[in-house]
Amino acid sequence: MLSREALDKVDRALTKYPPDQKQSAVLAALVIAQEEKGHLSTEVMDFVAHYLGMPPVAVYEVATFYTMFDCTPAGANKLCVCTNLPCALRGSVAALEHLKQRLGVELNETTPDGKFTLREGECFGACGDAPVMLHNNKRMLSFMTPDRIDQLLAELSK
Amino acid sequence: MTTAHPPLPADAYGPDALIMKGVDGLNWRLKDYEARGGYRALRKVIAEKMTPDALIAEVKKSALRGRGGAGFPTGLKWSFMPREFPGQKYIVCNSDEGEPGTFKDRDILRYNPHSVIEGMVLAGYATGTTVGYNYIHGEIWDVYQRFEEAIEEARAAGYLGSNILGSGVAFELHAHHGWGAYICGEETALLESLEGKKGLPRFKPPFPASYGLYGKPTTINNTETFAAVPWIVANGAERYLELGRPNNGGTKIFSVSGHVERPGNYEVRLGTPFAKLLAMAGGVRAGRTLKAVIPGGSSMPVLPGEAMMRTDMDYDSIAKAGSMLGSGAVIVMDDSTCMVKALERLSYFYFEESCGQCTPCREGTGWLYRMVHRIETGHGRPEDLDVLVNVADNILGRTICALGDAAALPVKSFIAHFREEFAYHIEHKRCLVSIPGGYATVPGVPLGEAA
Amino acid sequence: MLKIEIDGRQTEVPPGATVMDAATRVGVFIPYFCYHKKLSIAANCRMCLVQVEKAPKPLPACATPVTDGMKVWTQSELARQAQRGVMEFLLINHPLDCPICDQGGECRLQDLSVGYGGSASRYREPKRVVSEKEIGPLVSAQEMTRCIHCTRCIRFGQEIGGVMELGMIGRGEHAEIVAFVGRTVDSELSGNMIDICPVGALTSKPFRYTARTWELARRKSVSPHCGLGANLIVQAIHNRVMRVVPRENEALNECWLSDKDRFSYEGLNSEERVRRPMLKQGGEWREVDWQVALEHTAHALRETRAKHGAGAIGALGSPHATLEELHLLQKLARGLGSESVDFRLRRCDFSADGKRAGVPWLGMPVAEIGALDRVLVVGSFLRKDHALIAQRLRQAAKRGQQINLLHVAGDDPLVRLANRLTVAPSALPVALARIARAVIEAKGGALPPALAQLEAAPAVTETARAIAASLASGARVGIFLGNAAEQHPRAAELHAIAQELAGALDARFGFLGEAANSVGGYLAGCVPGPGGMNAGAMLADPRKAYVLLNVEPALDCHNAAQALAAMHAADMVIALSAFGGGALDYADVILPIGPFTETSGTFVNTEGRAQSFNGVVPPLGDARPAWKVLRVLGNMLGVEGFDFDTSEAVRDAACRASDVAGRLDNRVSGIALERRAPAPALERVAEVPIYSADPLVRRASSLQQTHDAAPPSAFMNAATIARLGLAAGAPVRVRQESGTAVLELARDDGLADGCVRIAAAHPATAALGAMFGEIRVEPA
Ligand SMILES: Cc1cc2nc3c(=O)[nH]c(=O)nc-3n(C[C@H](O)[C@H](O)[C@H](O)COP(=O)(O)O)c2cc1C
Ligand code: SF4
Ligand code: FES
Repeated sequence: MLSREALDKVDRALTKYPPDQKQSAVLAALVIAQEEKGHLSTEVMDFVAHYLGMPPVAVYEVATFYTMFDCTPAGANKLCVCTNLPCALRGSVAALEHLKQRLGVELNETTPDGKFTLREGECFGACGDAPVMLHNNKRMLSFMTPDRIDQLLAELSK
Repeated sequence: MTTAHPPLPADAYGPDALIMKGVDGLNWRLKDYEARGGYRALRKVIAEKMTPDALIAEVKKSALRGRGGAGFPTGLKWSFMPREFPGQKYIVCNSDEGEPGTFKDRDILRYNPHSVIEGMVLAGYATGTTVGYNYIHGEIWDVYQRFEEAIEEARAAGYLGSNILGSGVAFELHAHHGWGAYICGEETALLESLEGKKGLPRFKPPFPASYGLYGKPTTINNTETFAAVPWIVANGAERYLELGRPNNGGTKIFSVSGHVERPGNYEVRLGTPFAKLLAMAGGVRAGRTLKAVIPGGSSMPVLPGEAMMRTDMDYDSIAKAGSMLGSGAVIVMDDSTCMVKALERLSYFYFEESCGQCTPCREGTGWLYRMVHRIETGHGRPEDLDVLVNVADNILGRTICALGDAAALPVKSFIAHFREEFAYHIEHKRCLVSIPGGYATVPGVPLGEAA
Repeated sequence: MLKIEIDGRQTEVPPGATVMDAATRVGVFIPYFCYHKKLSIAANCRMCLVQVEKAPKPLPACATPVTDGMKVWTQSELARQAQRGVMEFLLINHPLDCPICDQGGECRLQDLSVGYGGSASRYREPKRVVSEKEIGPLVSAQEMTRCIHCTRCIRFGQEIGGVMELGMIGRGEHAEIVAFVGRTVDSELSGNMIDICPVGALTSKPFRYTARTWELARRKSVSPHCGLGANLIVQAIHNRVMRVVPRENEALNECWLSDKDRFSYEGLNSEERVRRPMLKQGGEWREVDWQVALEHTAHALRETRAKHGAGAIGALGSPHATLEELHLLQKLARGLGSESVDFRLRRCDFSADGKRAGVPWLGMPVAEIGALDRVLVVGSFLRKDHALIAQRLRQAAKRGQQINLLHVAGDDPLVRLANRLTVAPSALPVALARIARAVIEAKGGALPPALAQLEAAPAVTETARAIAASLASGARVGIFLGNAAEQHPRAAELHAIAQELAGALDARFGFLGEAANSVGGYLAGCVPGPGGMNAGAMLADPRKAYVLLNVEPALDCHNAAQALAAMHAADMVIALSAFGGGALDYADVILPIGPFTETSGTFVNTEGRAQSFNGVVPPLGDARPAWKVLRVLGNMLGVEGFDFDTSEAVRDAACRASDVAGRLDNRVSGIALERRAPAPALERVAEVPIYSADPLVRRASSLQQTHDAAPPSAFMNAATIARLGLAAGAPVRVRQESGTAVLELARDDGLADGCVRIAAAHPATAALGAMFGEIRVEPA
């Protein structure tokens, strides 16, 4: 189900916790699995559940509780814009509008070519850099003015 | 400090910085930290064979209060850890910084991670605890990775492990990441999350000091709290206390965001006038005037600008002014801000982030948001404001954790201080604010039709 | 003890008690939804908020520990305001569909909203809608919009059922109760979720929309299934049983029921119920009136006796029959002169007969199982055979009880086990002897001669030693023999070894008890007397005539093929039965009797508790309570002492409740241990599937749709499959004695090498022979 490399990463995460607390690695395991598989399908959740000795529904709970997990496929580039108040005070709504217009999609939609999915985020803890965006969960982008957004889209569309 | 990319200018965090003193954004590695005097506190404790009790007494004396939101005295919290517990105990660092407006822990972790590591080791020593976890906000992945690197450095240098600096003291530290849930900043939700579950806050009592991670005694502190400890130990509690005010020891990093010229983190002495902090952040945007400030993160009551300008930035002064210092996130709003729209956004946040566990929060946050949303979009009714306040009252103090309060307090304070703005929305179906370029619905356009 | 005052009433509670506990003690009602006395505290509904002196905020009574001198007000303005606020929150997103809700009339939300709700809703926003869920044939989750997120159902699964099958996904207002994608709720205790769901979100699928709860007549009864004797409330309307719910009895079922006890009532209304007496004449069935049927029966029995002697008549009663029925059955047989009467249908080793000191039983009260600190269970499909005893062990394990399991299959009992040892059935006695030996060695005692005889006893394995160490370290030890141990070909030896082991440990020991009257059958005297044949012998050596009481031989007996052959070989089979079924094939007379809901009677449970009950509905059609049928037959046959007017009189003649205790005794003596019992190359392991165990449950249609009722396969471990050159997933031909069956081969790595697991009590395997013993498997 998961590659050897992915499982090695999960195993490494497991070393952080007491041996009888494998479940503690579930967030790590799901992040690793999502990165490898694109999204958390039923099979992936089931696999992680078995790997960590958890009830599958408990994995499902976790996968739906934390917002950066995708239980259905997202586009190759998931762009998540923080629109919370501190960011909104500094132009994040305009940034989001700009993205919508450039990509031709609304929130939670994916472009027809499957390249971009647009999401709205809550506070990333980077309000001083507003507007901020997350690209594929792991890359934080700061000061995303319309021209910097255009640059980003150009880079990602390559 | 608006530079996205280091190096940061000298004194980027202000002249009084202790934690962030000498930090330029590039010098985060162990050798840099040591060059700034890092791990001196740990070496001192070991060399002087300082007892755990003496260490706790020192922290108590410093009047260091928790920087995560509640401002609980740190030394006192540490003293709650049972001494003679037969099993494993835990130290947990709360780096799940997700309170809108707060972004200080991110800077500490990415630019000065070893201060947190050293603080955690000292906490472990003080409480007789040998394992720690740092729970890092999932949205700052690069910071999580850097922290893992810092842990490796510290381990290699003998600051972590089973025999720290050959003293026989043991402390193992691991980084753990979240993945998008504000509630995991609440300490017991964080523990649940660390155990691999949904982040559902636990009912207290029992408190983490007796029933924490894996049911074991646990001390949880905020990143900044831990980061402040090495300085206190190295330089003495007295000096730290003197920097601040009685009962409000030391410096505090304030995250200033919103309508200021230079949003950023500023580390100032507790008790610094708000006006001075505002000036450090470059003041209110050019051409605008100060309207309102949320002084302690979005969960705290908003205060009108004038009130803030008369207030000093410490726990007690802000409480006296009618709000709370919280996590030290200062959200500044100028006169182009529509308070209805601002509250709508905040209410949406709590509605989105409620864990859904307990009734008042699960049901009430949605109700609050929908009502404010209706008012903002021109469908308000005259009775709405009273219902809003009453619903907020029915949430306040009735929930398992303080997220309920966090959702209720903004509603109550926004209406208390800016009631006429809400009433105007309801009555005229238009926004009272008509300054272009602000956070408000386009003036003159009926609300329901505005984009 | 801590002093506390609630609404002016004083009481004292032990440390650790909550305000809710204290309120219950002084009789103060505090409203609640999520609290449940048997579940962990979630404190999530917030309905129980009360005012506590010096607390700035109202506190949840369910979760707030009492402190000494605490003062609480449950009705103060602060408390009432908090409770009303919570009620308003609960109602804003709750559909107002009480008139069509199945929970109507027994809904906590409905009840409490009367006292704590407002008159008009202030909520003007759109209401939440939650999609329906499909979670299996028993529990309906069609109206999840009604869910109030109390998480009782989830906690029930995690804590009581031992398996988390439901969870709450999403968060905030979007949180929903679900099973994992595409899965169902398969716990054998799942029906309890219906009871504990305080609203109409989880409802009974079989019961849905069939009646309004307030129209139902409620009658007390007792479960006819396993040895626990769970207490029931049977609810009926127009003389039809519509639903079964638990009757709380802390000593037995607590507030729970197994799904078998709860849903088997559907069998009562089965199409297969026989409504009129029937005679087979010239190969054709004919309905007749009782007089004709009984005269015919009496005549046939007399004739058989005249022609072949009384010994040619065999009587077989079900261990699920009542004490009264079993008593009259044996009395009738004896009155006719036959000592061949038995109720131990799935037993095959009767060598302990005549060597027992008394009636075998659990050896202790059920309620005390939880107080043991060490337990050994031998030969039990624990979860499926004794769902609620397994539940008690599950809770006890959490409190530190060490449970060891020696069994012939590796099924997960969902109980935390200290050790488990899985062996082939033929190795079970030796394995138990090893444990006994290890205990005796550890304690420094001398090996009793009985054990020394056992050839393999000397070699103590590591697991046996671990189990022994666990048992030897306890102060209160219990050893329990399960159904598989009693059905085992060397059951008497297992009994004897367990006795030695118990002796060495100063432990309690006993039998979990397969059926509602596994103890009662002995008390009723329904066992062969001198010169009589036991159940096994009666079927191995066919009789000319059989009287069957509630028995379906091919499904209820140890050796299905043999039992069926015996029926076919007999001249006369008289079936007292509620159902037609197989009897239509081999019987000559069917006398329709009422199941437990249509007769008064008594079950004596595994701890020796005699529980009498009344019928809850009149018999269906012309069916009659079996005790009455037997009484009339006795009279017609002129048998002495059959003049009973009431079932109570029969009961007292069988065994007075006060006499039961004196007759219970698990001791045996003089059991020879076999020196060498060669293991066959391949041997059968048979469980009785939970929903195949007795005629009633086999006809409960919803239970038959569960995963537990899936058609049997032939299971082996991977090594055995490989050794035989077979492939899992393919059909195989299984041969046992003269019978064969074609089944799908499946893998079960929990089994020992050389074992083939094939369920008994199922039509698909009824052509096969004994539950344990040699078997052959070949590609089909
Ligand atoms: C909804 C909610 C969110 C919180 N988020 C954070 C957070 O992101 N970081 C933090 O340190 N504390 C947060 N807290 C406070 C913690 O529960 C806890 O009080 C704190 O970590 C204790 O550390 P301190 O004593 O060092 O402040 C939050 C509390 C609540 C109720
Ligand atoms: S389905 Fe019923 S028992 Fe489960 S959480 Fe909802 S209301 Fe509670
Ligand atoms: S019963 Fe106490 S919170 Fe639900």
